[in-house]
Amino acid sequence: MPTLIIDGEEIEVEAGLTVLQACEFAGKEIPRFCYHERLSVAGNCRMCLVEVSPGPPKPAASCAMPVADGMEVKTDSDMVRKARQGVMEFLLINHPLDCPICDQGGECDLQDQAMAYGNDGSRFLENKRAVEDKDLGPLIKTIMTRCIHCTRCIRFATEVAGVPELGATGRGENMEVGTYVEKALSSELSGNMIDLCPVGALTSKPYAFTARSWELKKTESIDVLDAVGSNIRVDTRGPEVMRILPRNNDGVNEEWISDKARFACDGLRRQRLDKPYLRKDGKLQPVGWPEALSVVGQKLAGTSGDKIAAIAGDLADAEAMLTLKELMDSLVSPNIDCRQDGTQIGEGPRAAYLFNSTIDGIEDADALLIVGSNPRLEAPVLNARIRKRYLMGGFPVGLIGENADLTYKAEHLGAGPDTLQALIDGSIRFAEVMKGAERPMIIVGTGALARPDGPAILAQSRRLAETVDAVSGDWNGFNVLQRAASRIAGLDIGFRPGDGGRRTNRIIAGAASGDIEVVYLLGADEIDTSALGNAFVIYQGHHGDAGAHRADAILPGAAYTEKEATYVNVEGRAQQTKLAIFPPGEAKEDWAIIRALSESAGKKLPYDSLEQVRARLAEIHPVFADIGEVTPAAWEAFGIEGDIESAPFRNPVTDFYLTDVISRASETMAECTAAARGGNPEKTGTDG
Amino acid sequence: MSAPRGTPPDIPQPESFAFNPEVLEAAETIIAKYPEGRQASAVLPLLDLAQRQHDGWLPQAAMTYVAEMLDMAPIRVYEVATFYTMYNLSPVGENHVQVCTNLPCWLRGSSRVVETCERVLGIGVGETTEDGKFTLTEVECLGACVNAPMIQINDDYYEDLDASSTETILTELKSGETPKTGSRIGRRSCEPIGGLTSLTGDREAGD
Repeated sequence: MPTLIIDGEEIEVEAGLTVLQACEFAGKEIPRFCYHERLSVAGNCRMCLVEVSPGPPKPAASCAMPVADGMEVKTDSDMVRKARQGVMEFLLINHPLDCPICDQGGECDLQDQAMAYGNDGSRFLENKRAVEDKDLGPLIKTIMTRCIHCTRCIRFATEVAGVPELGATGRGENMEVGTYVEKALSSELSGNMIDLCPVGALTSKPYAFTARSWELKKTESIDVLDAVGSNIRVDTRGPEVMRILPRNNDGVNEEWISDKARFACDGLRRQRLDKPYLRKDGKLQPVGWPEALSVVGQKLAGTSGDKIAAIAGDLADAEAMLTLKELMDSLVSPNIDCRQDGTQIGEGPRAAYLFNSTIDGIEDADALLIVGSNPRLEAPVLNARIRKRYLMGGFPVGLIGENADLTYKAEHLGAGPDTLQALIDGSIRFAEVMKGAERPMIIVGTGALARPDGPAILAQSRRLAETVDAVSGDWNGFNVLQRAASRIAGLDIGFRPGDGGRRTNRIIAGAASGDIEVVYLLGADEIDTSALGNAFVIYQGHHGDAGAHRADAILPGAAYTEKEATYVNVEGRAQQTKLAIFPPGEAKEDWAIIRALSESAGKKLPYDSLEQVRARLAEIHPVFADIGEVTPAAWEAFGIEGDIESAPFRNPVTDFYLTDVISRASETMAECTAAARGGNPEKTGTDG
Repeated sequence: MSAPRGTPPDIPQPESFAFNPEVLEAAETIIAKYPEGRQASAVLPLLDLAQRQHDGWLPQAAMTYVAEMLDMAPIRVYEVATFYTMYNLSPVGENHVQVCTNLPCWLRGSSRVVETCERVLGIGVGETTEDGKFTLTEVECLGACVNAPMIQINDDYYEDLDASSTETILTELKSGETPKTGSRIGRRSCEPIGGLTSLTGDREAGD
């Protein structure tokens, strides 16, 4: 390992690092604009200049220079300081002095570094250049005059997002970053460019001019709009979520989040259920909590258990599902289900419903088969990890199901279960690829499992995994890609039908036929709520969506930014959200509502605090005691062999931007949908 | 859709573009020079072929066509085409008169050459004559400083110019003649103006 001297201190670093990285190990901060750890090295901003000897007597860009044994690096010599001041002066020549009206103000790299290396005056007396702003769609606002041409956004779009649509056109003073032909970016990860932009050239359109970074309260939390469990930071001011930013977690989302996770937060302000409602004379009327709880409690207490059913939705947290399950148990109702999409998983061992390879493990795989899923729409951040692996080379990808542009090259093998069988039989070429791979990976999506023959397809997928040796030693290449943040926790808790209990579709059928008299929807909106017949529907949730419209009683709950709650991500990693703001109006934390309801139903649950609920969770399943960690699941037989229909797999997500109650309530997401469908959203009324 | 960068919005962009069979053959020969997977290296010559086929300018459709042919993202081709000034992103006249006005040419009188062009053609720099015969542009160094001042018209260099020789060239072009290329003061290539100063003797004699 090379040893080098940085500012007089000797340090040994790994070979292959750059001088900039070595300086970071030595605790020296090197200013930079274009360099970013997760992107390729461009070396064009020249801010990271250091003095390196032996070598030519001039400053060197540390981001692009590999370390060598015996190198002596000076990061703070006169030459370095003077060189950086020169670079800064050039950068500021064409940069506008509009910090007071710039949204990046207060969190701007250029502003910060100008404090260290900037002059107090300008020697440039000519006119500054001005650049036309670009229209990159409804999410990214551009003020291109501020651009310093670091090309981070271009590299992000090309490398990470896999949509090479941004580029630098023109040359010299006429160089501009843009799309050449105006168009909205077609990426589900485009918002990350806002974070990457070191200046105020790319800022968030929905957040524009709403807050300053120093006014915001920052709360570290977890995203729940897909099942990846991206780590986020919720920035709030007073009672409002102003914006959502990613937090670094190398195991999960690196430092990216999807546009939905970032921009759907305006949906948290709209369509909210902020007081309890009861249907009186055919109309939902606001009532107080005592009345709501007593009516619902009596209804539950007065109905025989087998005529009560509960369905947990995609955003439900583990605490709420546990308390609801225990309430249903005490009412002797076996009719509970957390799989509102009808996926038939969770009966077997834990390995049957987890993303066993882990997201980090994608980088270790050497072949991939995707079955009935479009990870780009179902889990964009996870898809970016697949693309990262793809770019390393030697990673054949096969796709069974609907063909789609996944941002990497995928061979479309077929549309349905027949192709899966052909792979097992080895009758198509890709079978050899999978068998030849040392660490093959199979991702089975809900598009393949949410069908009546789901258990048989699960068994078939398992057979394929075993045929190609996808599970061996410490490698488990069998993965189920869930879409709902609540799903794994629900299955771990056992929120599925008990003995003789009904599954989601039979609950709905039962309600329609009158066999089920009370249906408890815990944030379940993706079912056909119009088919619930004359059943008494209790809706507990935070948004007035399909479930609340059909409800006879509404118990207002808290959204993920408003409660301390546990979610288990697609890999089986338990993570906790933190309370960033309080629920609106009279809405309450969900487990507390169910706890209060249990009392009025005469079946009081033994929990008086969140700690007690969490202790009980940890008792039921060890995953809840081990927050933030992934425990590998044991490989056992699962799935039920049976007849398989040859119908092709259908992808469950058709519109990435509108998948749940929060994103459906979001204006920003509606604009994205309109833009993605090709066309600007119709402006109405006074809007223009 | 708004016009691409560098092209005035009133220029009609053709809907589609494709190489003629003989140009396509030339393109394939060029692509074959590069190793498998490195076809993108052929982007410069292919854009040149496209420009030559399309009356001296590159419409967006041609760039997209080249991008598809080389399996590149279109933006990568746009970047290249907008970077090099020798690709014309809007239509040019039959004779593209490119006057070098960099320092050596300017010291040797390029401003008189520009003035003459403007007077004879009746257009300013950056403009095209109404009959579409001439476009006048100012360009950076074309690497013929020894023979300054000079102009490039389409593929040909005209060197050692002054006002009258410039006018002769343009008048000849106007009347459809082909002017003599190279130096206009009688020297061969870039030999010294006052005749050879070395290698003047007889090689056999060993002088």
